[in-house]
Amino acid sequence: MGRPRPGGGRPEPPAAAPGPGGGWPGLSAALWRRPWARATLLLTPALAWFVLIYLAALVVLLITAFWRINAFTTNIERVWNLGNFTLIFENPAYRDIVLRTVGMAAAVTVADAIIAFPFAYYMARLASHRTRTVLYVAILLPLWASYLAKVYAWLLIFTHDGLLNWSLGKAGVGPVNLIYTNWAVFIVFCYIWLPFMIIPVYAALERIPSSQIEASQDLGARTWRTLRLVILPLVLPGLVAGSIFTFSLTLGDFITPILIGGTGSNFMGNVIEQSVGIANNVPFAAAMALIPVAIMAVYLLGARALGAFRAL
Amino acid sequence: MMAGKRNASRAARSALILVAAGLLAAGCGSSSGGTGGSGGSPGAAATGAAGKVPTANLPTLKTVGKGEGTLNLIAWEGYLQPQWVKPFENQTGCQVHATYAGTSDQMVTLMKNGGGGQYDMVSSSGDADLRIIYAGDARPVNISLIPAWKDFFPAFKSPAFNTVNGVHYGVSLQWGPNVLMYNKKSFPVAPTSWNVIYSPKYKGQVTVPDNPIQIADAALYLKAHNPALKITDPYELTQPQFQASVKLLAGQRPLIKKYWGLASQEISEFKNGDATVGAGWPYQVSALKGTNFPIGAVIPKEGATGWADTWMLAARAPHPNCAYLWMRYISTPKVQAEQAVSYGETPDNKLACPLMNKLQKGSCDLYHANAPQSYFNSISLWKTPVVTCDNGQQDCVPYSQWQQAWTTQVTQ
Repeated sequence: MGRPRPGGGRPEPPAAAPGPGGGWPGLSAALWRRPWARATLLLTPALAWFVLIYLAALVVLLITAFWRINAFTTNIERVWNLGNFTLIFENPAYRDIVLRTVGMAAAVTVADAIIAFPFAYYMARLASHRTRTVLYVAILLPLWASYLAKVYAWLLIFTHDGLLNWSLGKAGVGPVNLIYTNWAVFIVFCYIWLPFMIIPVYAALERIPSSQIEASQDLGARTWRTLRLVILPLVLPGLVAGSIFTFSLTLGDFITPILIGGTGSNFMGNVIEQSVGIANNVPFAAAMALIPVAIMAVYLLGARALGAFRAL
Repeated sequence: MMAGKRNASRAARSALILVAAGLLAAGCGSSSGGTGGSGGSPGAAATGAAGKVPTANLPTLKTVGKGEGTLNLIAWEGYLQPQWVKPFENQTGCQVHATYAGTSDQMVTLMKNGGGGQYDMVSSSGDADLRIIYAGDARPVNISLIPAWKDFFPAFKSPAFNTVNGVHYGVSLQWGPNVLMYNKKSFPVAPTSWNVIYSPKYKGQVTVPDNPIQIADAALYLKAHNPALKITDPYELTQPQFQASVKLLAGQRPLIKKYWGLASQEISEFKNGDATVGAGWPYQVSALKGTNFPIGAVIPKEGATGWADTWMLAARAPHPNCAYLWMRYISTPKVQAEQAVSYGETPDNKLACPLMNKLQKGSCDLYHANAPQSYFNSISLWKTPVVTCDNGQQDCVPYSQWQQAWTTQVTQ
């Protein structure tokens, strides 16, 4: 049967008797006797919110994707058709945009994993308690700063007369023109989403008992072999959990490409933003928005198979 | 464990059934609505302008009352400078809240989604006005309540882009050209043709607006350089003329540093040395001049596209008195002159010229406030491309295709 309510402090009355005059003591006793009622009471607000706002919005999105707009007034016409999807799949430009977005998300994820692993390893296993705290704060601190401030900071670094070219000029190397290219977008994405990779990898690394690594070494495995056969398999769920963040966040972002990107920097998020905010073609935006949803569904199924959700 | 799993799958199944039921219900409801509505006649809808204005019979104000204390405006950057907004707020008590838009399309969308009571007015251009009017997002204006209107140049009193069947949906504001901007350090001699923004010589230094109406700029260039295409109006393009213009822009893509979205982006591109030449508005030119940047601007020999803006009244403007007070204020010669000099455009009020010269010597000539009709004719003012060409033929490419070509073939 049910466990005593945590955090209550006072011992609960085990008997069924309602308190004098009903009220809260009676209620808590009644709830204590019925675990299902407790669960309902706690979960209903969150679940109602989830179903009404989140799922309903997704269903509306799904339906809208099969409508179209009036070409002149851009009012929505509720005529069922597959035009939006055929346009996305048959037009080479939209196909390129989908592939470019997935490619960028994958590249950012791999790069962040490569950067995050040694960093998290140092934090979890080598650093002193004090250093670890300092590093932790260093990772979390940028998350408190405004997203836009961070992107604009990179704009100032990359721009033609910016910090990067100024430093390269001082060092006697020619200027590089990174601003308004996809390389710039890639670097900024890697920087912005890095904490979301480091934290789950760090959590996974910290959970590995030292005894397992010692046992591996006692059995004759050298550093590389221990890393490959013992540490990496144990960290994999953490890496996959982190990759869910970096991948999905890159998949949906449109602000960095607008501010930092150049001529070939239309991503799925930009097409959606332009379709809604400029062309007022909500049905087409809905169709486009379903693609990252589908990609993430496949990705999450794969991640579950790799055990990512055990690391959360 | 087993039982839990079975429960979970049952829950999932019932959730699925619920979703399916919802889909069905929504489907039934809307398909019946669709057959009754405009669904059957996409052809008639696409020609657009032939239709009726849904808001044409809404009542207008008879007298302007006391301001409501607030005025929510959608504007181009540079149109709501404190220099003339502050005195208006002090006179009328209407506090101005501004939303800035980067393109006409964005203005149409903002009016559609915020026309339900957020916004009072929009300073939209001739290529957006009719779309706003026919979508039912604009409200008739009683022009007799705006005294300064009688001093407007005749071309801007009741222009076809904001007046339908004699009903005004706003008051004309100002107009001007889209100019060729260049960094004087890179161009000691001012360029005379738009060909510099199509020339590989300036690869990676060119910047143009991220705006489908830019196809008209290419058409204007081809009108002069490829007479075989027989382009007469850059906003009325037949399929071959349209394809040639889009092809010119697709070929320009490798030369482009950035398609700018907001005027402030183009200003920082020039300032940071990322772009040296491009298409822009006089606002960017005067903003850069204000910081002593060596910026130059010309109207090249091919002519230029341009805009004529209107302060349009929203169909459900929550502060109509403040909106009328604003229309009265913004059309007076003094404010017209202030905005013209600040932005670098041409006022619609013919009495503004001497006041402009008072603000800045020679600015009346500089910004063409008393220029002859021939100057007006050299600017191709933005208008919404529709299927029906001016000669009555139904073979012009409509704006929705401009938008699509811009994303799929030009900027990609």
